[in-house]
Amino acid sequence: MITEFGKIFVFILVAIFFVTVAVFVAKLLRPSRPTYEKKLTYECGEDIIGSPWVQFNIRFYVVALIFLIFDVEIVLLIPWAYVYKIFGITGFLVGAIFLILLGLGMAYEWRKGDLEWSRPAMPKLNVNKNKVSEKVKDK
Amino acid sequence: MTEKEIFDILKEKFPESIIEFVEAQVGENYIKVSPLEIDKVCAFLFTDSRLQFDSLINLSGVDDANGEKKVKEDGSFNFIGGTLSVVYHLESLKHLHKLTLLVSIEKDKQDVVSVTDIWAHANWHEREAFDLLGINFLNHPDLRRILMPYDWDGGFPLRKDYKDPEFYEGMKIPY
Amino acid sequence: MGLLDKQFADDNIIITKVDDLLNWARLSSLWQVGFGLACCAIEMMATSASHYDFDRFGVIPRPSPRQSDVIIVSGTVTLKMAIRIKRLYEQMPDPKYVISMGSCSNCGGPYWEHGYHVLKGVDRIIPVDVYVPGCPPRPEALLEGLMKLQEKIRNESLIKKTT
Repeated sequence: MITEFGKIFVFILVAIFFVTVAVFVAKLLRPSRPTYEKKLTYECGEDIIGSPWVQFNIRFYVVALIFLIFDVEIVLLIPWAYVYKIFGITGFLVGAIFLILLGLGMAYEWRKGDLEWSRPAMPKLNVNKNKVSEKVKDK
Repeated sequence: MTEKEIFDILKEKFPESIIEFVEAQVGENYIKVSPLEIDKVCAFLFTDSRLQFDSLINLSGVDDANGEKKVKEDGSFNFIGGTLSVVYHLESLKHLHKLTLLVSIEKDKQDVVSVTDIWAHANWHEREAFDLLGINFLNHPDLRRILMPYDWDGGFPLRKDYKDPEFYEGMKIPY
Repeated sequence: MGLLDKQFADDNIIITKVDDLLNWARLSSLWQVGFGLACCAIEMMATSASHYDFDRFGVIPRPSPRQSDVIIVSGTVTLKMAIRIKRLYEQMPDPKYVISMGSCSNCGGPYWEHGYHVLKGVDRIIPVDVYVPGCPPRPEALLEGLMKLQEKIRNESLIKKTT
């Protein structure tokens, strides 16, 4: 006898079967005329400049890590928010301590400068006062 | 302040050979400036406390089409000699007065001094004038084509005697 | 080269039926590269929107040329853009179709004489199947152009050998 999860498994198998057959038949039937232009990676009509293997700033990973921590925090806080009326002041205190700890961690990161971002210098757009005053000066 | 009063202030600073007041028949009166001194005049207009022209409204190039017209057999023509102009529209947001400057240059030596040191947004205006009319701005930080393709070598399209090149990158241009 | 692509020389009932099936499938889901370049693009967007509903012909705007069957060039083709259009057209998978929408991309439009930066007709770089005249064409005109293209697809054959 097939269980309820067994039905879902059969459903998944049928889905995989249909997709595989469709892709395979399309691969057999469709015209295939590859050219140099078609094989290009980029599809915006522009010429490619440089290699895609560039180094990303290491701080992206730090930011991703911080994001992950706060993401997990949400996951933990939502069930807490559902039940904390039942637990009263104790439940509130437990949640509050958790939040304070996280806040301390955030403050520590901030203090250590992990949220600072080394930006490229902005182009200087304002008027160069020296140059202008030089021009006004009498020769 | 009218153009005449501004001109009187300028006259204390600069000799008559550099600047010249022109009373227009139609439209605004303007001040004609020598092309190689325009940056000094503009710097003075920018800094002087009575004038303080802190805004360059527009900078545009003009082909005056005043040379000797030579018509060829196939109907095309070109101008021998003649002048190009650069027109500067200035405004002071402090004193709320406006001024028009005009620089006129020979077509053979199209050199004007850039005013990008004074108004940074003149940068693209000057690139446009260079792109479409071929006016060469001295001391410009980045004088490249801005509207036409970077590898365009068919001339300067807004000149009156401009003629389309036959092909660009294998594409036929004339109708 | 697929199994069926231009493999058959003679004309029998199976081949024509398969042809009909393939053509029906192709003409009922013409995905387009929306190449909006100027004011005609607004009309193209209006055609895609709910009132005229391009979607009932199976036309869906795609962001990538690799998933598209038809490119609707709508608007003024400048010389700078012409190079990009050509490359995007070449990146579309075969069989591919072109609808040229509006006077500018048909023949240069109002820029035909003094437009120093305008390509006088997109057919100078890519082969056009349907021209839709107008400046800009009404959405009905674009729908008519699309139906003409569907008619063309219905009457051609992918699996017969070209002579």
